[in-house]
Amino acid sequence: MSVASLRPAPAPVLSALLGRLAFGLAVASAYAVVFAPIVMVVAISFFDQEIVTFPPDSLTLRWYVNAWSQRDFARGFVTSVQIALAATVIGVPVGTAAALALVRGRLPGKGVLNTLLLAPLAVPAIVAGSALYMFYLRAEDWLDMDIKATLGGLVAANVLITIPWTVRLVSASLAGLDPAAEEAAANLGARPLTVFRRITLPMLRPGIVAAALFSFVASFENLELNLLLVGPGRTTLPVAMLSYLEFRMDPTLAAVATAQIVMVSALMLVTDRFVKLSRVV
Amino acid sequence: MGTLVLEGLSKRYGAATAVDRVDLAVAEGELVALLGPSGCGKTTTLRAVAGFVEPSAGRVLIGGRDVTRLPAHARDTGMVFQSYALFPHMSVAGNVGFGLEMRRVGRAERDARIREALRLVRLDHLADRLPRQLSGGQQQRVALARALVVGPAVFLLDEPLSNLDAKLRQEVGLEIRALQKRLGLTTLMVTHDQDEALAMADRLVVMEHGRVLQVGSAEDLYERPASPFVAGFVGRCNLLPGRVEAPGLFRTEGGGALPCGPAPAGPGILALRPERIALAAGPDGPGVPARLSALTYLGALTEYHLDLGTGALVAVAPTPPPEDPRRRLRPGDPVRAEWTPASARVLPPEAPTGESR
Repeated sequence: MSVASLRPAPAPVLSALLGRLAFGLAVASAYAVVFAPIVMVVAISFFDQEIVTFPPDSLTLRWYVNAWSQRDFARGFVTSVQIALAATVIGVPVGTAAALALVRGRLPGKGVLNTLLLAPLAVPAIVAGSALYMFYLRAEDWLDMDIKATLGGLVAANVLITIPWTVRLVSASLAGLDPAAEEAAANLGARPLTVFRRITLPMLRPGIVAAALFSFVASFENLELNLLLVGPGRTTLPVAMLSYLEFRMDPTLAAVATAQIVMVSALMLVTDRFVKLSRVV
Repeated sequence: MGTLVLEGLSKRYGAATAVDRVDLAVAEGELVALLGPSGCGKTTTLRAVAGFVEPSAGRVLIGGRDVTRLPAHARDTGMVFQSYALFPHMSVAGNVGFGLEMRRVGRAERDARIREALRLVRLDHLADRLPRQLSGGQQQRVALARALVVGPAVFLLDEPLSNLDAKLRQEVGLEIRALQKRLGLTTLMVTHDQDEALAMADRLVVMEHGRVLQVGSAEDLYERPASPFVAGFVGRCNLLPGRVEAPGLFRTEGGGALPCGPAPAGPGILALRPERIALAAGPDGPGVPARLSALTYLGALTEYHLDLGTGALVAVAPTPPPEDPRRRLRPGDPVRAEWTPASARVLPPEAPTGESR
């Protein structure tokens, strides 16, 4: 074999190296796009000046103190938690039942039903919010009772967020469930209801826990749907933040946002200890 | 333990017939294997016995009792699933004890029987593990113990070995067979693997297109197949279409004259097992002259592909010792093939069923 025939060898090595470099760069930039806003928000919350400039003159915690002292934020936080919690407690069982019917049941028009249940995710929340606003006004006239800006009215609206999230996540884990395990239970003498309680439900647990988590978070951070439905004395945290922004433009919001990011991350980490979220979502 | 009887069992899905009037009786303590290619209806038949498939017609009797309309949970069957179907959120002991719990067996007796069942499959030391912490073979044995512990009237095995690697397959197969014999379990097994069926079953049922083609012992099916399909599916077989011209003389479609066993004159298919062909090197002597078109050395065995000029045959024989002239055979060499007339059975030509695969 001649030496010349060995020469071209380095070329493919170089191209492979370039390829790997390009791949690494693409991955890194994707992560950068995802994390840059979060890093920015967290960083700005410690900047000392009111109008954000870079680099900061000095660092401070005073925006956190200011956020803490705003009663609107504290009240908004409590309201948001109440709404998200109630909407999750209602939406997850309903959504789970719907997912079971959609995946397992012998219903006519399953496709239509599925689309309808997921529709709230596709309709822009501000449109859904406006529609609900008008509907609530009418309903208040007919029923002669307050709906808008009540806890009940807000929870009812937020169930529109928690049901589709649950239907989607529980359907996915139902589809991945081996029906043979349920057949095995029946074969061992378990009646249908026992099979559901002892086998199906525990096997769906990861999906249901994930559904509850994402339902809660999606409802908690929602702005547009609730924007028109809140009222004086009862507002959610995102709406309170928007109102604050109308008059002031300082890093207080970044501080509130950072607190939210920490809270949601903690929630996810704790959940992940019980259920591997990467397996269900 | 009881008997299992299927009477005219059929299952239709719309226009398609998955199981077509299957009659079968499994005696007490007998292991019967349903054998056939995928889609032949064997799994549907098994599921109809377990109660997961409602038959369109026919009856299922367990221990003489008609269970055709009983739901799965009320039938006394113990099934081992192809995927094992262990409950992932329960420990090994929890899995094995589930059936006892459903039968309201008290805790003390339950624990004793779980231990006993796990000892039977040699897993008593892993009672507290979760299924995902076990190997495939161990999971398989948990599934066995879970089905056995309730003492079912009929034991059902759905492709019990197909998820195991080749080496483990034989071992677990023999273990299941030994257990089944020792406990006298009436067993119906489904498999597409003829080796598995031959090694484990008392009797085999070969199915195709939802119908039973032949029922018999491994030897019955191998030595006396009733149809070319059975001959080809159970073991390897040379199948040559042609006709019986005179007693003991078979004329292949290619025009070759081959010795055959007793059969009425007329069209037929000559079925000849590869290992029944004795091969001799060289062109002169008794036997059917042929040319070697290829040979494959397989260690203990050597496979020879023969060109008769009028057709092809495959012969398999123990690899001859080094000094044997057959060891020097190369593709293109002349050889002679010989067999006893009784080894070459003439089978009826494939019945025109209108269904072809």
